[in-house]
Amino acid sequence: MSVVCLRSVVCLLGRFPALTGLDLTVDEGEILLLSGPNGAGKTTLLRVLAGLLPIHSGTAEVLGYDLTQDRRGARRSLALVGHDTGCYDDLTVIENLRFAARASGRSADAVAPVLERLGLTRLGGVTHARLSAGQRRRLSLAAALVRDPSLLLLDEPHAGLDADGRETLDAVLAAAPGEGRTVVLVSHELERARALAHREVVITGGRVQSAAVPDASEPAAAASADVTDATGSAATPAPRVTLSADVSESPDVTVPR
Amino acid sequence: MSIWSEARLVAGKDLRIEARSKVTLTQVLPFGAIVLLLFAFALDPDRGILTKAAPGLFWVAVLLATLLAVARAFSIEEQHGARDALRLSGLDGGAVFLGKMGAIAVELLGLELVLGIGVVVFYDIRIERVGVLLLAALAATAGLAATGTLYGVLAAGLRVRETLVPLLLLPVLAPVMLGATRSFEAALGGTTSDAWPWIELLGLFAVIYVTMGVLAFGPLLEEV
Repeated sequence: MSVVCLRSVVCLLGRFPALTGLDLTVDEGEILLLSGPNGAGKTTLLRVLAGLLPIHSGTAEVLGYDLTQDRRGARRSLALVGHDTGCYDDLTVIENLRFAARASGRSADAVAPVLERLGLTRLGGVTHARLSAGQRRRLSLAAALVRDPSLLLLDEPHAGLDADGRETLDAVLAAAPGEGRTVVLVSHELERARALAHREVVITGGRVQSAAVPDASEPAAAASADVTDATGSAATPAPRVTLSADVSESPDVTVPR
Repeated sequence: MSIWSEARLVAGKDLRIEARSKVTLTQVLPFGAIVLLLFAFALDPDRGILTKAAPGLFWVAVLLATLLAVARAFSIEEQHGARDALRLSGLDGGAVFLGKMGAIAVELLGLELVLGIGVVVFYDIRIERVGVLLLAALAATAGLAATGTLYGVLAAGLRVRETLVPLLLLPVLAPVMLGATRSFEAALGGTTSDAWPWIELLGLFAVIYVTMGVLAFGPLLEEV
């Protein structure tokens, strides 16, 4: 079942066409990595999926909601971790998370397990203004998880995190499919992200250039067009399958996992 | 959650932020007090004029402080992408409006109480007909807060919002200034019956802008 289904989506930022006829399908429980050069439209795509930006043509369906008709419906079941935390400087970590939980209709009891999971328990009484950049990234992820989203949209989630924070984030992402979550991830830390992703879609110039099953061992600069099955465990190493994945003519390609 | 529960959640969040940051207490309130003092200095040679003009001067001070309170209420949503988080939260736009309006109204009522004491002390005013004054203050505050919240979101996200909000808001609030001043004058120096038409005007203004805010805030939050 598709959680995201975009067809010929065009999104203008002012007069600048940020997405230029983009097609994309994301299946339930999938971890999708979006890669591509700066300015390719990755962040814009995440904001379109989150219903924060309108589309100017094409069709966009997220979690069964038509984004041209009902952006609010989709938002109830998704969370976006962007460059900003979306939190308030003068509220403590716990207060920010309680607000996020209750605003999405969840009980404030949901906060404690998330705090523990992200290693924020001891910072619960600290205001957002006093957190370090890495701690703010963790809080941002916590504010997303406390909503228990079906679709988790992450924009450069590894940025600013220390080694421990990255491990924690990777564990959260790896567990996402088992928790019924679909993840769309934008990252420039390709090796790390590819190790987690089921599929990689390369975006260039506001449209999908290629789709592939990623290989974490691929050099970051060269891997965009190769398809490598990386879903096997260490005990059953995945066969390396390299396909010509330039799908610019038919850009929405799903490689079976 | 019902719209009222969501509104309480937003109002509680805004008031908690204000309680912790103390911006209203340390900036908005002193600003209002300074405005009152400046009027007192400017009109001191003729204390009779000061006493007569006290209702109008009081509401001018409240109005100017309202501009600061509205700016503050929306600046907290601009930091760290909180406005996007609010849009993504799934909260009803009308509930967010009522919550933010409620928080601004509570801050203004506190401000009016302190400035009212200031007027009594500086301007030598004797308080009469407390019930009428309270009713007029409540209706005027609801109008100020509702209009401020609506125009605040209209300008949110714009780089020129600090200058645009006063430009948009002050002309629209002329009926509130008129009604609040006249009802206070009637309560302090005239008769109770003279105050009612003005209180009704204030009530009508508040109802219109609360209704408009509940209906329009959500779409406006999406547009900015």
